Amino acid sequence: MTEPLLRIENLHKTFGKLEVLKGIDMTMERGDVTSIIGSSGSGKTTLLRCINLLEDYQDGVVAIDGDQIGYRTQNGRRVRRPERQIAAQRAMTGMAFQHFNLFPHLTASRNIMLGLVKVRKMPAAEAKEIAAHWLTRVGLGDRGDAYPGQLSGGQQQRVAIARAVAMAPKLMLFDEVTSALDPELVNEVLNVITDLARDGMTMLLVTHEMKFAHDVSSKVVFMHQGRIAEAGPPAEVLRNPKSARLAEFLKGAKF
Amino acid sequence: MDYNFNFAAVWRDFDLLLSGLALGLALAMVSIAIGCVIGLLAAFGMISRRRLLRTVSSVYVTTIRNTPILIIILFTFFALPQLGVRLGKIESFVLSLSVYAGAYLTEVFRAGLVALPPGLREAGLSIGLTEFQAKRYVTIPVMWRNVLPSLSNNFISLFKDTSLAAAIAVPELTFYARKINVETFRVIETWMVASLMYVITCYVLAEILRRVEHRLAIPR
Repeated sequence: MTEPLLRIENLHKTFGKLEVLKGIDMTMERGDVTSIIGSSGSGKTTLLRCINLLEDYQDGVVAIDGDQIGYRTQNGRRVRRPERQIAAQRAMTGMAFQHFNLFPHLTASRNIMLGLVKVRKMPAAEAKEIAAHWLTRVGLGDRGDAYPGQLSGGQQQRVAIARAVAMAPKLMLFDEVTSALDPELVNEVLNVITDLARDGMTMLLVTHEMKFAHDVSSKVVFMHQGRIAEAGPPAEVLRNPKSARLAEFLKGAKF
Repeated sequence: MDYNFNFAAVWRDFDLLLSGLALGLALAMVSIAIGCVIGLLAAFGMISRRRLLRTVSSVYVTTIRNTPILIIILFTFFALPQLGVRLGKIESFVLSLSVYAGAYLTEVFRAGLVALPPGLREAGLSIGLTEFQAKRYVTIPVMWRNVLPSLSNNFISLFKDTSLAAAIAVPELTFYARKINVETFRVIETWMVASLMYVITCYVLAEILRRVEHRLAIPR
Protein backbone atom coordinates (compact mmCIF):
# COMPACT_ATOMS: atom_id res chain seq x y z
CA MET A 1 0.00 0.00 0.00
CA THR A 2 1.45 3.38 -0.92
CA GLU A 3 1.63 6.07 1.69
CA PRO A 4 -0.98 8.81 1.24
CA LEU A 5 0.30 12.38 0.88
CA LEU A 6 -1.28 13.40 4.16
CA ARG A 7 -2.06 10.96 6.92
CA ILE A 8 -3.59 12.08 10.19
CA GLU A 9 -4.24 9.50 12.88
CA ASN A 10 -5.94 9.96 16.20
CA LEU A 11 -4.88 13.62 16.42
CA HIS A 12 -5.48 15.21 19.81
CA LYS A 13 -4.91 18.86 20.64
CA THR A 14 -5.62 20.66 23.87
CA PHE A 15 -5.33 24.29 24.88
CA GLY A 16 -4.81 23.99 28.62
CA LYS A 17 -7.82 21.99 29.82
CA LEU A 18 -9.83 22.59 26.66
CA GLU A 19 -9.65 19.72 24.19
CA VAL A 20 -10.17 21.17 20.71
CA LEU A 21 -9.29 18.14 18.59
CA LYS A 22 -10.60 14.87 19.97
CA GLY A 23 -9.09 12.24 17.74
CA ILE A 24 -9.01 13.22 14.08
CA ASP A 25 -8.37 10.62 11.38
CA MET A 26 -8.07 11.60 7.76
CA THR A 27 -5.97 11.01 4.67
CA MET A 28 -5.40 12.91 1.44
CA GLU A 29 -3.98 11.61 -1.82
CA ARG A 30 -1.98 13.69 -4.28
CA GLY A 31 -4.23 16.03 -6.23
CA ASP A 32 -7.06 15.88 -3.68
CA VAL A 33 -8.91 19.07 -2.85
CA THR A 34 -10.53 18.73 0.56
CA SER A 35 -12.71 21.40 2.14
CA ILE A 36 -13.28 21.49 5.87
CA ILE A 37 -16.54 23.07 6.93
CA GLY A 38 -18.11 23.54 10.33
CA SER A 39 -19.15 26.23 12.77
CA SER A 40 -16.61 28.36 14.57
CA GLY A 41 -14.95 26.59 17.46
CA SER A 42 -15.29 23.21 15.78
CA GLY A 43 -11.50 22.92 15.45
CA LYS A 44 -11.11 23.48 11.67
CA THR A 45 -8.40 26.11 11.84
CA THR A 46 -6.59 24.32 14.67
CA LEU A 47 -6.48 21.15 12.57
CA LEU A 48 -4.91 23.09 9.71
CA ARG A 49 -2.38 24.72 12.04
CA CYS A 50 -1.36 21.35 13.50
CA ILE A 51 -0.46 20.15 10.01
CA ASN A 52 2.30 22.76 9.66
CA LEU A 53 3.00 22.79 13.38
CA LEU A 54 1.99 26.38 14.04
CA GLU A 55 0.22 24.53 16.87
CA ASP A 56 1.74 21.65 18.80
CA TYR A 57 -0.37 18.54 19.14
CA GLN A 58 -0.43 16.34 22.20
CA ASP A 59 -1.16 12.94 20.73
CA GLY A 60 -1.51 11.17 17.44
CA VAL A 61 0.31 11.41 14.14
CA VAL A 62 0.45 13.95 11.33
CA ALA A 63 2.53 12.64 8.45
CA ILE A 64 3.27 14.11 5.05
CA ASP A 65 4.70 11.68 2.54
CA GLY A 66 5.37 9.33 5.43
CA ASP A 67 7.35 11.89 7.48
CA GLN A 68 5.87 12.53 10.89
CA ILE A 69 5.56 16.28 11.29
CA GLY A 70 7.20 17.84 14.33
CA TYR A 71 7.83 14.68 16.31
CA ARG A 72 9.53 11.34 16.04
CA THR A 73 9.22 8.28 18.17
CA GLN A 74 12.31 7.31 20.13
CA ASN A 75 12.26 4.29 22.45
CA GLY A 76 8.48 4.43 22.36
CA ARG A 77 8.45 8.10 23.44
CA ARG A 78 7.34 11.10 21.45
CA VAL A 79 10.26 13.49 20.96
CA ARG A 80 9.97 16.92 19.38
CA ARG A 81 12.23 17.29 16.40
CA PRO A 82 14.95 19.95 16.41
CA GLU A 83 13.98 23.41 15.19
CA ARG A 84 15.82 23.10 11.85
CA GLN A 85 14.02 19.90 10.93
CA ILE A 86 10.70 21.42 11.86
CA ALA A 87 11.42 24.43 9.64
CA ALA A 88 12.29 22.11 6.76
CA GLN A 89 9.09 20.12 7.34
CA ARG A 90 7.02 23.29 7.41
CA ALA A 91 8.35 24.12 3.96
CA MET A 92 6.63 20.95 2.65
CA THR A 93 3.33 22.73 3.15
CA GLY A 94 2.29 26.21 2.11
CA MET A 95 -0.26 28.25 4.01
CA ALA A 96 -2.53 31.13 3.11
CA PHE A 97 -3.99 32.94 6.11
CA GLN A 98 -7.27 34.69 6.80
CA HIS A 99 -5.47 38.00 7.30
CA PHE A 100 -2.92 37.49 4.47
CA ASN A 101 0.07 38.18 6.76
CA LEU A 102 2.24 39.59 4.01
CA PHE A 103 5.57 41.03 5.10
CA PRO A 104 4.70 44.76 5.07
CA HIS A 105 8.29 45.98 4.63
CA LEU A 106 8.87 44.01 1.43
CA THR A 107 7.43 44.50 -2.05
CA ALA A 108 5.06 41.88 -3.45
CA SER A 109 7.92 40.40 -5.43
CA ARG A 110 10.26 40.29 -2.42
CA ASN A 111 7.56 38.70 -0.28
CA ILE A 112 7.66 35.77 -2.68
CA MET A 113 11.45 35.78 -3.04
CA LEU A 114 12.26 35.63 0.68
CA GLY A 115 11.49 31.93 1.15
CA LEU A 116 13.02 30.96 -2.18
CA VAL A 117 16.30 32.68 -1.32
CA LYS A 118 16.56 31.93 2.40
CA VAL A 119 14.92 28.49 2.57
CA ARG A 120 15.40 27.02 -0.91
CA LYS A 121 18.83 28.76 -1.20
CA MET A 122 18.03 29.94 -4.71
CA PRO A 123 20.04 32.75 -6.38
CA ALA A 124 18.15 36.06 -6.23
CA ALA A 125 17.82 36.33 -10.02
CA GLU A 126 16.13 32.94 -10.28
CA ALA A 127 13.88 33.69 -7.31
CA LYS A 128 12.87 36.96 -8.96
CA GLU A 129 11.84 35.14 -12.11
CA ILE A 130 9.75 32.67 -10.15
CA ALA A 131 8.16 35.55 -8.24
CA ALA A 132 7.32 37.28 -11.53
CA HIS A 133 5.87 34.03 -12.90
CA TRP A 134 3.57 33.52 -9.92
CA LEU A 135 2.55 37.16 -9.73
CA THR A 136 1.47 36.92 -13.37
CA ARG A 137 -0.32 33.68 -12.59
CA VAL A 138 -2.43 35.40 -9.90
CA GLY A 139 -3.08 38.36 -12.20
CA LEU A 140 -0.65 40.81 -10.57
CA GLY A 141 2.24 40.71 -13.03
CA ASP A 142 2.48 44.50 -12.99
CA ARG A 143 2.36 44.94 -9.18
CA GLY A 144 5.61 43.25 -8.21
CA ASP A 145 7.10 46.50 -6.91
CA ALA A 146 4.07 47.46 -4.84
CA TYR A 147 4.17 47.15 -1.07
CA PRO A 148 1.37 45.23 0.67
CA GLY A 149 -0.04 48.48 2.09
CA GLN A 150 -0.51 49.74 -1.44
CA LEU A 151 -2.63 46.75 -2.52
CA SER A 152 -6.30 45.95 -1.97
CA GLY A 153 -7.27 43.07 0.32
CA GLY A 154 -7.96 40.77 -2.61
CA GLN A 155 -4.65 41.64 -4.22
CA GLN A 156 -2.80 41.08 -0.95
CA GLN A 157 -4.40 37.66 -0.57
CA ARG A 158 -3.42 36.73 -4.11
CA VAL A 159 0.20 37.74 -3.40
CA ALA A 160 0.07 35.69 -0.18
CA ILE A 161 -1.13 32.65 -2.13
CA ALA A 162 1.59 33.22 -4.72
CA ARG A 163 4.16 33.46 -1.91
CA ALA A 164 3.08 30.07 -0.59
CA VAL A 165 2.75 28.17 -3.90
CA ALA A 166 6.02 29.57 -5.27
CA MET A 167 7.77 27.40 -2.67
CA ALA A 168 6.38 24.37 -4.53
CA PRO A 169 4.80 22.82 -1.45
CA LYS A 170 3.42 19.29 -1.52
CA LEU A 171 0.26 20.46 0.17
CA MET A 172 -1.40 23.89 0.28
CA LEU A 173 -3.37 24.90 3.35
CA PHE A 174 -5.97 27.65 3.02
CA ASP A 175 -7.32 29.07 6.27
CA GLU A 176 -10.57 30.98 5.61
CA VAL A 177 -8.77 33.01 2.99
CA THR A 178 -11.83 34.99 1.92
CA SER A 179 -13.34 35.71 5.36
CA ALA A 180 -11.56 39.05 5.81
CA LEU A 181 -12.34 40.30 2.31
CA ASP A 182 -15.03 42.66 1.09
CA PRO A 183 -17.65 40.66 -0.81
CA GLU A 184 -16.66 42.08 -4.20
CA LEU A 185 -13.07 40.88 -3.70
CA VAL A 186 -13.92 37.28 -2.79
CA ASN A 187 -14.20 35.95 -6.33
CA GLU A 188 -10.81 37.09 -7.54
CA VAL A 189 -9.24 35.02 -4.76
CA LEU A 190 -11.48 31.99 -5.28
CA ASN A 191 -10.65 32.06 -9.00
CA VAL A 192 -6.94 31.81 -8.19
CA ILE A 193 -7.58 28.80 -5.95
CA THR A 194 -9.79 27.13 -8.55
CA ASP A 195 -7.05 27.65 -11.10
CA LEU A 196 -4.49 25.97 -8.80
CA ALA A 197 -6.87 23.06 -8.18
CA ARG A 198 -7.18 22.52 -11.93
CA ASP A 199 -3.40 22.35 -12.03
CA GLY A 200 -3.48 19.34 -9.75
CA MET A 201 -2.25 21.02 -6.57
CA THR A 202 -3.17 19.14 -3.40
CA MET A 203 -5.17 21.50 -1.22
CA LEU A 204 -6.80 21.48 2.17
CA LEU A 205 -9.14 24.39 2.74
CA VAL A 206 -11.07 25.70 5.68
CA THR A 207 -13.90 27.66 4.17
CA HIS A 208 -17.31 29.18 4.70
CA GLU A 209 -17.93 29.44 0.94
CA MET A 210 -20.27 26.47 0.49
CA LYS A 211 -20.73 26.90 -3.22
CA PHE A 212 -16.98 27.03 -3.69
CA ALA A 213 -16.51 23.91 -1.53
CA HIS A 214 -19.18 22.16 -3.57
CA ASP A 215 -17.71 23.11 -6.96
CA VAL A 216 -13.99 22.74 -6.34
CA SER A 217 -13.48 20.00 -3.74
CA SER A 218 -13.10 16.32 -4.28
CA LYS A 219 -14.08 15.76 -0.66
CA VAL A 220 -15.87 17.72 2.04
CA VAL A 221 -15.26 17.20 5.74
CA PHE A 222 -17.73 18.46 8.32
CA MET A 223 -16.22 19.07 11.74
CA HIS A 224 -18.22 19.36 14.91
CA GLN A 225 -16.86 19.85 18.42
CA GLY A 226 -13.36 18.67 17.64
CA ARG A 227 -14.36 15.59 15.66
CA ILE A 228 -15.02 14.77 12.03
CA ALA A 229 -18.76 14.30 11.98
CA GLU A 230 -19.25 13.60 8.28
CA ALA A 231 -16.98 13.28 5.27
CA GLY A 232 -17.39 12.34 1.65
CA PRO A 233 -17.85 13.66 -1.89
CA PRO A 234 -19.28 17.19 -1.88
CA ALA A 235 -22.53 16.27 -3.59
CA GLU A 236 -23.23 13.63 -0.97
CA VAL A 237 -22.18 15.57 2.14
CA LEU A 238 -23.65 18.92 1.13
CA ARG A 239 -26.83 17.74 -0.56
CA ASN A 240 -27.72 14.76 1.62
CA PRO A 241 -26.47 15.48 5.14
CA LYS A 242 -26.86 12.42 7.33
CA SER A 243 -26.93 14.21 10.66
CA ALA A 244 -29.34 16.85 11.91
CA ARG A 245 -26.34 18.96 12.95
CA LEU A 246 -24.96 19.18 9.43
CA ALA A 247 -28.41 19.80 8.01
CA GLU A 248 -28.80 22.64 10.49
CA PHE A 249 -25.35 24.02 9.61
CA LEU A 250 -26.13 23.94 5.89
CA LYS A 251 -29.53 25.60 6.24
CA GLY A 252 -29.63 28.60 3.96
CA ALA A 253 -26.35 27.76 2.22
CA LYS A 254 -26.55 27.99 -1.56
CA PHE A 255 -24.53 25.85 -3.96
CA MET B 1 22.36 95.81 33.60
CA ASP B 2 25.58 97.19 32.36
CA TYR B 3 27.42 94.27 30.84
CA ASN B 4 29.82 94.45 27.93
CA PHE B 5 29.63 91.26 25.90
CA ASN B 6 32.99 90.08 24.71
CA PHE B 7 33.01 86.88 22.71
CA ALA B 8 36.66 87.15 21.65
CA ALA B 9 37.85 84.76 24.34
CA VAL B 10 35.26 82.18 23.29
CA TRP B 11 36.02 82.51 19.59
CA ARG B 12 39.72 82.04 20.27
CA ASP B 13 38.99 78.54 21.59
CA PHE B 14 36.03 77.83 19.35
CA ASP B 15 37.88 74.97 17.67
CA LEU B 16 38.12 73.28 21.08
CA LEU B 17 34.36 73.59 21.50
CA LEU B 18 33.85 72.16 18.02
CA SER B 19 36.13 69.23 18.72
CA GLY B 20 34.22 68.67 21.97
CA LEU B 21 30.94 68.71 20.07
CA ALA B 22 32.28 66.17 17.58
CA LEU B 23 33.41 63.88 20.39
CA GLY B 24 30.00 64.17 22.03
CA LEU B 25 28.28 63.14 18.80
CA ALA B 26 30.67 60.22 18.38
CA LEU B 27 30.06 59.08 21.98
CA ALA B 28 26.30 59.21 21.45
CA MET B 29 26.51 57.28 18.18
CA VAL B 30 28.69 54.51 19.55
CA SER B 31 26.56 54.27 22.68
CA ILE B 32 23.25 54.07 20.83
CA ALA B 33 24.68 51.38 18.55
CA ILE B 34 25.81 49.27 21.51
CA GLY B 35 22.62 50.18 23.37
CA CYS B 36 20.53 48.88 20.45
CA VAL B 37 22.25 45.50 20.62
CA ILE B 38 21.78 45.29 24.41
CA GLY B 39 18.21 46.56 24.12
CA LEU B 40 17.27 44.05 21.44
CA LEU B 41 18.68 41.12 23.42
CA ALA B 42 17.02 42.28 26.63
CA ALA B 43 13.72 42.90 24.80
CA PHE B 44 13.69 39.29 23.59
CA GLY B 45 14.61 38.33 27.15
CA MET B 46 11.58 40.23 28.45
CA ILE B 47 9.17 38.36 26.20
CA SER B 48 10.95 35.02 26.48
CA ARG B 49 9.13 31.94 27.71
CA ARG B 50 12.04 31.23 30.06
CA ARG B 51 11.57 32.76 33.45
CA LEU B 52 15.31 33.20 34.03
CA LEU B 53 15.73 35.35 30.93
CA ARG B 54 12.67 37.40 31.84
CA THR B 55 13.99 37.96 35.35
CA VAL B 56 17.49 38.94 34.24
CA SER B 57 16.16 41.40 31.66
CA SER B 58 13.68 42.97 33.96
CA VAL B 59 16.16 43.36 36.83
CA TYR B 60 18.55 45.10 34.41
CA VAL B 61 15.91 47.46 33.05
CA THR B 62 14.45 48.28 36.45
CA THR B 63 17.83 48.87 38.09
CA ILE B 64 19.28 51.06 35.37
CA ARG B 65 16.15 53.09 34.74
CA ASN B 66 15.87 53.88 38.44
CA THR B 67 19.49 54.97 38.83
CA PRO B 68 20.47 58.55 37.92
CA ILE B 69 22.77 58.47 34.92
CA LEU B 70 25.43 60.54 36.71
CA ILE B 71 25.63 57.83 39.37
CA ILE B 72 26.09 55.18 36.68
CA ILE B 73 28.88 57.23 35.11
CA LEU B 74 30.66 57.82 38.43
CA PHE B 75 30.19 54.22 39.55
CA THR B 76 31.66 52.87 36.32
CA PHE B 77 34.59 55.28 36.41
CA PHE B 78 35.48 55.18 40.10
CA ALA B 79 34.12 51.92 41.49
CA LEU B 80 34.80 49.42 38.70
CA PRO B 81 38.60 49.87 38.92
CA GLN B 82 38.37 48.94 42.61
CA LEU B 83 36.76 45.71 41.43
CA GLY B 84 39.62 45.11 39.03
CA VAL B 85 38.02 46.45 35.83
CA ARG B 86 40.23 49.23 34.50
CA LEU B 87 38.93 51.34 31.63
CA GLY B 88 40.00 54.64 30.11
CA LYS B 89 37.76 57.70 30.60
CA ILE B 90 36.18 57.42 27.20
CA GLU B 91 35.65 53.65 27.33
CA SER B 92 34.22 53.97 30.80
CA PHE B 93 31.78 56.66 29.66
CA VAL B 94 30.74 54.73 26.55
CA LEU B 95 30.07 51.69 28.72
CA SER B 96 27.92 53.76 31.11
CA LEU B 97 25.96 55.44 28.33
CA SER B 98 25.46 52.17 26.41
CA VAL B 99 24.16 50.33 29.44
CA TYR B 100 21.90 53.29 30.22
CA ALA B 101 20.63 53.53 26.62
CA GLY B 102 20.14 49.77 26.50
CA ALA B 103 17.69 49.85 29.40
CA TYR B 104 15.50 52.47 27.75
CA LEU B 105 15.75 50.84 24.33
CA THR B 106 14.73 47.50 25.83
CA GLU B 107 11.35 49.00 26.59
CA VAL B 108 11.13 50.59 23.14
CA PHE B 109 11.92 47.30 21.40
CA ARG B 110 9.74 45.22 23.71
CA ALA B 111 6.76 47.44 23.01
CA GLY B 112 7.58 47.31 19.30
CA LEU B 113 7.73 43.52 19.34
CA VAL B 114 4.53 42.90 21.26
CA ALA B 115 2.68 45.34 18.99
CA LEU B 116 3.45 43.23 15.89
CA PRO B 117 0.61 41.03 14.65
CA PRO B 118 1.43 37.37 15.57
CA GLY B 119 0.58 36.39 12.00
CA LEU B 120 3.81 37.98 10.81
CA ARG B 121 6.03 35.47 12.58
CA GLU B 122 3.70 32.63 11.62
CA ALA B 123 3.81 33.62 7.96
CA GLY B 124 7.61 33.54 8.17
CA LEU B 125 7.57 30.09 9.77
CA SER B 126 5.00 28.82 7.27
CA ILE B 127 7.37 29.37 4.35
CA GLY B 128 10.03 27.37 6.18
CA LEU B 129 12.07 30.07 7.90
CA THR B 130 13.57 29.04 11.24
CA GLU B 131 12.59 31.06 14.33
CA PHE B 132 15.89 32.93 14.03
CA GLN B 133 15.41 33.68 10.33
CA ALA B 134 11.83 34.82 10.97
CA LYS B 135 13.18 37.29 13.52
CA ARG B 136 16.04 38.42 11.34
CA TYR B 137 14.18 38.90 8.08
CA VAL B 138 10.65 39.62 9.22
CA THR B 139 9.83 40.66 12.77
CA ILE B 140 12.92 42.71 13.62
CA PRO B 141 12.94 44.73 10.35
CA VAL B 142 9.23 45.54 10.70
CA MET B 143 9.57 46.40 14.40
CA TRP B 144 12.66 48.48 13.63
CA ARG B 145 10.80 50.70 11.18
CA ASN B 146 7.92 51.09 13.61
CA VAL B 147 10.13 52.23 16.49
CA LEU B 148 12.38 54.60 14.51
CA PRO B 149 10.72 57.75 15.89
CA SER B 150 11.35 56.63 19.50
CA LEU B 151 14.86 55.67 18.55
CA SER B 152 15.49 59.19 17.20
CA ASN B 153 14.22 60.75 20.41
CA ASN B 154 16.44 58.46 22.43
CA PHE B 155 19.44 59.37 20.33
CA ILE B 156 18.96 63.11 20.78
CA SER B 157 18.45 62.62 24.47
CA LEU B 158 21.65 60.53 24.67
CA PHE B 159 23.57 63.21 22.81
CA LYS B 160 22.54 65.74 25.45
CA ASP B 161 23.54 63.29 28.17
CA THR B 162 27.10 63.25 26.80
CA SER B 163 27.55 66.59 28.58
CA LEU B 164 27.72 64.55 31.80
CA ALA B 165 31.01 63.07 30.58
CA ALA B 166 32.59 66.34 31.74
CA ALA B 167 32.20 64.95 35.27
CA ILE B 168 34.95 62.44 34.56
CA ALA B 169 37.02 64.85 32.42
CA VAL B 170 36.12 63.45 29.02
CA PRO B 171 37.01 66.34 26.69
CA GLU B 172 33.63 66.98 25.12
CA LEU B 173 31.77 70.26 24.65
CA THR B 174 30.75 70.88 28.27
CA PHE B 175 34.24 70.02 29.49
CA TYR B 176 35.81 72.62 27.18
CA ALA B 177 33.17 75.20 27.97
CA ARG B 178 33.99 74.84 31.65
CA LYS B 179 37.68 75.11 30.87
CA ILE B 180 37.21 78.32 28.84
CA ASN B 181 34.95 79.69 31.55
CA VAL B 182 37.55 79.11 34.23
CA GLU B 183 40.41 80.48 32.16
CA THR B 184 38.71 83.62 30.82
CA PHE B 185 35.93 84.41 33.31
CA ARG B 186 33.67 85.12 30.32
CA VAL B 187 30.90 83.17 32.08
CA ILE B 188 27.86 84.40 30.20
CA GLU B 189 29.46 84.29 26.75
CA THR B 190 30.94 80.82 27.22
CA TRP B 191 27.76 79.14 28.44
CA MET B 192 25.64 81.03 25.92
CA VAL B 193 27.76 79.74 23.05
CA ALA B 194 27.88 76.20 24.45
CA SER B 195 24.10 76.14 24.97
CA LEU B 196 23.48 77.42 21.48
CA MET B 197 25.76 74.75 20.06
CA TYR B 198 23.69 72.06 21.81
CA VAL B 199 20.41 73.60 20.67
CA ILE B 200 21.46 73.92 17.04
CA THR B 201 22.98 70.43 16.92
CA CYS B 202 19.86 68.84 18.44
CA TYR B 203 17.63 70.75 16.05
CA VAL B 204 19.65 69.70 13.01
CA LEU B 205 19.80 66.10 14.27
CA ALA B 206 16.03 66.02 14.70
CA GLU B 207 15.55 67.28 11.15
CA ILE B 208 17.96 64.73 9.69
CA LEU B 209 16.41 61.87 11.64
CA ARG B 210 12.91 62.95 10.62
CA ARG B 211 13.96 62.65 6.99
CA VAL B 212 15.57 59.27 7.59
CA GLU B 213 12.38 58.05 9.25
CA HIS B 214 10.37 59.27 6.31
CA ARG B 215 12.60 57.48 3.82
CA LEU B 216 12.61 54.22 5.75
CA ALA B 217 8.90 54.21 6.57
CA ILE B 218 6.93 51.24 5.26
CA PRO B 219 5.06 52.52 2.18
CA ARG B 220 1.28 52.41 2.34
